Amino acid sequence: MNNQLSRRWVAFNTLLTREIRRFIRIWPQTLLPPAITMTLYFIIFGNLIGSRIGEMGGFSYMEYIAPGIIMMSVINNAYANVASSFYSAKFQSHIEELLVAPVPNHLILAGYVAGGTARGLCVGLIVTIVSLFFTSIEIQHLFITISMVVLSAIMFALGGFINAIYARSFDEISIIPTFILTPMTYLGGVFYSISLLPEFWQNVSLLNPILYMVNAFRFGMLGVSDIAVEIAFSIILVCITALTSFALYLLNKGTGIRD
Amino acid sequence: MKALSIDNLTKTYTDGFEALKGIKLSVEQGDFFALLGPNGAGKSTTIGIITSLVTKSSGQVTVFDTDIDINPETAKSHIGLVPQEFNFNGFEQVKHILVTQAGYYGMPAKQAEPRADELLHQLGLWEKRHTAARALSGGMKRRLMIARALVHKPKLLILDEPTAGVDIELRRSMWTFLEEINKQGTTIILTTHYLEEAENLCRNIAIIDKGKIIENTDMKSLLNRLDKETFVLYLQESLSADFVLDNISYQQIDDTTLEVEINRDEGLNTLFSHLNQQNIKVSSMKNKANRLEELFISLVDKSEASL
Repeated sequence: MNNQLSRRWVAFNTLLTREIRRFIRIWPQTLLPPAITMTLYFIIFGNLIGSRIGEMGGFSYMEYIAPGIIMMSVINNAYANVASSFYSAKFQSHIEELLVAPVPNHLILAGYVAGGTARGLCVGLIVTIVSLFFTSIEIQHLFITISMVVLSAIMFALGGFINAIYARSFDEISIIPTFILTPMTYLGGVFYSISLLPEFWQNVSLLNPILYMVNAFRFGMLGVSDIAVEIAFSIILVCITALTSFALYLLNKGTGIRD
Repeated sequence: MKALSIDNLTKTYTDGFEALKGIKLSVEQGDFFALLGPNGAGKSTTIGIITSLVTKSSGQVTVFDTDIDINPETAKSHIGLVPQEFNFNGFEQVKHILVTQAGYYGMPAKQAEPRADELLHQLGLWEKRHTAARALSGGMKRRLMIARALVHKPKLLILDEPTAGVDIELRRSMWTFLEEINKQGTTIILTTHYLEEAENLCRNIAIIDKGKIIENTDMKSLLNRLDKETFVLYLQESLSADFVLDNISYQQIDDTTLEVEINRDEGLNTLFSHLNQQNIKVSSMKNKANRLEELFISLVDKSEASL
């Protein structure tokens, strides 16, 4: 049993290391663009427009949007990393290297999701450093901040994995980020408090899981939130459980990877 | 001990195509085994099922007495696969590919690095160890796939057309390498379209056609079944206009070339005594076709006729 455990640990580490090496090797495509994009967000929304908006939730607009912008970059990059890496492995057939090896499906899933989470957190850290040039950050609740950003990265890495399993072309791994993920992020309270919306749209916003992540993360950093943090954690844990079960079901069934 | 045992294996694809129709096959430990068949016969599907790349419809597969369904991790750890198509990440460096593959088999980098170095030297890839795999030549890519399949020291090596598109010199050096690792105890299963390759390397053979095993025996017995062989004779001088070979089936290709069909029970002596009597000198001769090739074609033809 110990042998099996240590073999699995080595396999997981190998997969995670390969994933990290991949996104570091292609850093101009993976790490640099979010740093530039988010700098523009801070300059345009935070600095130029934000100075005319005034305060939101008791903070300057720049301070208020910083957690949302960090979370947005984490979510997008965790998703994109797994979607593109796993789909490329399918497309180039080198996923077969893993399928023929004694790596159980749950470890394949764990390795890719950990790789996506690592990129999400790495980009999150870069964007946090960028944000320090525009505003000061004092974290109010460290545990909530860290656990929420890690759980959000895991959840969206799982989403990217499922997307990649079903994808049959590179177009199909960009459809969901473009038409679903981006609108959900923009409408998920990154740039505003939902209290500014009419009641009907406030209720509609509550169906958006990203709203909970952004607000719980904002609570961790600033101490303010539109929703209860406990609900945010419950929702994200339910989503992670459901997505993990579904991804494992697809892997065990061989969808998209085995004839 | 059996390295591989397949029982009543079937595979029907979602479009209804029956790739395997209940095949039964076993390969002894230490064997060098050929799995031959025409294109689309079911060779790659069989290999795909053994290596978990294809989901079987029914049947049982055991690798060194381990059922691939009951204990897939142990079964997989015994197998090394060299697939037909290049299937590595072309952007990764050669040595990284080997060390990563070893890691998937639970070999820590400390052990994987020297093992990768050893294989890179053996397969002539050492100079290219830091090169991205996509920049390798076709022959080097083939060798990389062999090195990758061997990095975890498998007991069973499966090669699916490993020498396709490889030049003669490299093919022969790969044969020598494979013979060497077989001598060291690795069981090898080979599929190939070069029947000369199978005849030279393999001790046992199975021929699959349209999803069924139509022959499964040792190479020697199979070749003994060949009742006729065609030889091409190159003569030192031109044949005279009245040249005739009595009771021997032959065809004159040109003035100095004869094609002669010899029955197995007659041998070559009768032919040469006829030629000696007519003072015809043979400078060289060869088999018109590879012996296994002749048998292969006749077996596949028979199988098709019986359908």
